[in-house]
Amino acid sequence: MLLYILRRLGAGAVLTVLVTLITFLLLSTSLDDVAATILGQSATPETIAALMADRGWDRPVAVQYAEWLVGAVQGDFGQSVYNALPVGPTVLQRLGVTLSLIVPALLITVLISVLLGVWAASRGGVADRLAQVISLIGNILPALLLAIGLVVVLAVQLSWLPATGYTAPADDVLAWMRSITMPVIVLVIGGVASMAAQVRGRMIDELRRDYVRTRRTRGASTSSIVFKHALRNAGSPALTVMSLEFIQMFGGALIIEQVFALPGYGSYAFNASMQGDVPVIMGVTVWAVLLVTAVNLATDIANGLLNPKARVH
Amino acid sequence: MSTDRDHGSTTAEAASTGAVAAGHAVPRMPMWQRVLRDPQAVITLGTLIVIMLLGALAPFITPYGPNQTDLHAVNAPAGTPGYPLGADESGRDILTRLLHSINTATVSALIGAATALVVGATAGLVGGYFGTRTRAVTEWMFNLVMTFPGVLLLIVLMPVTGGDYRWTMLIFGVLLSPGIYRIVRNLVVGVKNELYVDAARVSGLTDLRILGRHVFFVVRGPIIIATAFMAGSAISVQSGLAFLGVGSREIPSFGAMISSGFRNLYIAPTQFLWPSLLLGLITTSLVLLGNALRDVVEGSKPAPAKVGAGQRAEVVADAEDAAAGTPALLDIHDLAISYPDPAGKQREVVRGLSLRIERGQTVGLVGESGSGKTQTAFATLGVLPDEAVITRGSIRFEGRELIGLTDAQLRPLRGKAIAYVPQEPMSNLDPSYQVGTQLVEDVRWALGLDGPEAKRRVLALLERCGITDPERTFRAYPHEISGGMAQRVLVAGAVASRPKLLIADEPTTALDVTVQAEILDLLRDLQAELGMAILLVTHNFGVVADICDHVAVMQAGRIVEVGEVARLFAEPRHEYTRMLLGSILDEKTVRADPPLVASEEGIRP
Repeated sequence: MLLYILRRLGAGAVLTVLVTLITFLLLSTSLDDVAATILGQSATPETIAALMADRGWDRPVAVQYAEWLVGAVQGDFGQSVYNALPVGPTVLQRLGVTLSLIVPALLITVLISVLLGVWAASRGGVADRLAQVISLIGNILPALLLAIGLVVVLAVQLSWLPATGYTAPADDVLAWMRSITMPVIVLVIGGVASMAAQVRGRMIDELRRDYVRTRRTRGASTSSIVFKHALRNAGSPALTVMSLEFIQMFGGALIIEQVFALPGYGSYAFNASMQGDVPVIMGVTVWAVLLVTAVNLATDIANGLLNPKARVH
Repeated sequence: MSTDRDHGSTTAEAASTGAVAAGHAVPRMPMWQRVLRDPQAVITLGTLIVIMLLGALAPFITPYGPNQTDLHAVNAPAGTPGYPLGADESGRDILTRLLHSINTATVSALIGAATALVVGATAGLVGGYFGTRTRAVTEWMFNLVMTFPGVLLLIVLMPVTGGDYRWTMLIFGVLLSPGIYRIVRNLVVGVKNELYVDAARVSGLTDLRILGRHVFFVVRGPIIIATAFMAGSAISVQSGLAFLGVGSREIPSFGAMISSGFRNLYIAPTQFLWPSLLLGLITTSLVLLGNALRDVVEGSKPAPAKVGAGQRAEVVADAEDAAAGTPALLDIHDLAISYPDPAGKQREVVRGLSLRIERGQTVGLVGESGSGKTQTAFATLGVLPDEAVITRGSIRFEGRELIGLTDAQLRPLRGKAIAYVPQEPMSNLDPSYQVGTQLVEDVRWALGLDGPEAKRRVLALLERCGITDPERTFRAYPHEISGGMAQRVLVAGAVASRPKLLIADEPTTALDVTVQAEILDLLRDLQAELGMAILLVTHNFGVVADICDHVAVMQAGRIVEVGEVARLFAEPRHEYTRMLLGSILDEKTVRADPPLVASEEGIRP
């Protein structure tokens, strides 16, 4: 098991280096634009060349990347080319904001989806149709429109919740909850739409399997069949769906944050990208890759615990 | 394929090739014709075409350009002359910008979906058709693409794409491609394993022609469906990015319009409404179109039924439960079961079957695949699939009517008085639990035992059923034991309660020949020991001769002949019985030691 985790971590490290290398190669072509942006009015070919030399951007790309990588491994992700703020701490702080949206949203999504999916698959009839309508509604509403609709109704018209802004949970838990309520609702509606349908489908498949029939002939109760057997077997694929949902939500949150003016990962990445702030973009990229790797590893380990066939020895 | 197997086993392979099978089940009518008969598809498709036409004709509809500003018209309200929907913060006509935004959305959808199709389908064909090594590479690449948050990548690569939404959509198309890749790869693997591709290969066609001809035919349906959904997400993401401000400000798009309207929310509250409504209409139409196409192409999926409601019956059981005299152990009378065919019409698979089993009897139910044997067994156990309906007849166990009972009402009998041994041992054990855990559940219900006592009982049962290392098997997961051992486990669970009736559905068919004989010996010994009656469903007269004292021959949902085994083998009365008996001599599957009762003159028709 330990060996397996180490191997997976190794693969994750290779992936991280690969992705950051490609990103760096692509970004390095735009460094002279960045120099021009920094210089603004005073930009001439000479001043740009001087700045490039000063920052070391005229050196071979491989050397620059190696330098970045060596720093990154030691926890030094450089600093923003515009405001000299260190990238490492800022990235983590921004990631914290975004995760404080996603983690509650994911937990609520999983809870609702499992309840709704199991309920629909094991009751059929009206319950099933209701679940499908809920999924459909969540699917046809773009998250962006949903977010704007919530702001207009809950914040502007009813003034129940703050339209924008963020309070860290460490400062004031209640204010934090109020500030994330609307974005979480948006993420949950989208998440439930896809995940409840998945759980429902998996449960329907499981309930039609041979072993379920055999368990019925052995006198197993309905609750044992639905929860102990079918749900347990549907759980393993549902976990994979959950990890994909997490990544989906992470991408979605980048846009949603902007509607609610939350100082999260999205706005940080966006501003850096608009300005071509290479160290920040690199920091944003590398932490996203690390996060994804960690989530996937956690999913696989949990899958092993749930599904004996996938168990790693 | 026989009905017995169709309804009997839902294995993982069956599920994964389900889409392929479903494609064949739908009656043959050109796909576009079926689409045009579906109101939801027609309405959504019509809406989208009208919207696209409006976009294409934008220059002829409004006098302005999309970026033409008029300082007099800044934030003009809707209904201002010349500005039917008003103008935005820069004095640009909202209607004009809406119409031009349609074109941006259309181009986004086209680029995104086309890229995903080309990349995903190519890799899917390659990964699905060629060997496992190629597939491992494609699999790894697409897993990588799938696990990266796409929106972040699009944002991060902005310095590279220069914010041009067409480049962005090209990258987004690559990010969408894993969905297409999986569809194509799964279907290709399914098609590849189907016989007709083998036949094509034998007949000398090249790989490329096989791919082109056969695979594409099966794959196109699901791809068209996915395209509708992908077009929807491409438009959503493009709007989202434009809302953020990614991309040129010169390009009119829903996202940019919503963003501008949103900033002006307090000054001109309706500005954000128009692009939002139109964007919502487009994405809704695409999702609903995708759903409609899915229903048309794949047929509607079976709706789930309430678990534990019992099998569906259209008969009203007559109340006179206690018939005169001692009732038989099992008395099936005039039983009829029907299934809906692909067109939705009910088709009877069991048609007026009557069968009696007395205490301690071993009755073989023999017939070809599809004759309704397994359905009869399931009906008796109360576990017919949801789509099956009992249309008439009665099933009495010790005089008590079983038809119409729910699972809860049947529970006192199940696992106690009536037990079941299935055909396919591996798929009939829950893969997630140790064998012992499942057997303890049986024993707890059947005998009311608990804790260590239940475990001792399970170990004893396993040993009795011929398992040499019961402790190890107890701890094993189903995938860790052999088929023969799994069948012994299932027999052990079935006889735990000393049932009065054991229903065994082809208990040896899925096993090796040597194991078959062992399982039959086990059943015979247990029968003698416990005095239970056995209803043995089989297509094999050798098995019947080996273990049964009575036999019922089934053909097309009816019993055509019943009798003692010796009599029936010696002088079969029905033409069909004679034919079946005749055929076993032609088959090489006849047992090495021909049953003594099967005397020479009896077998020859």
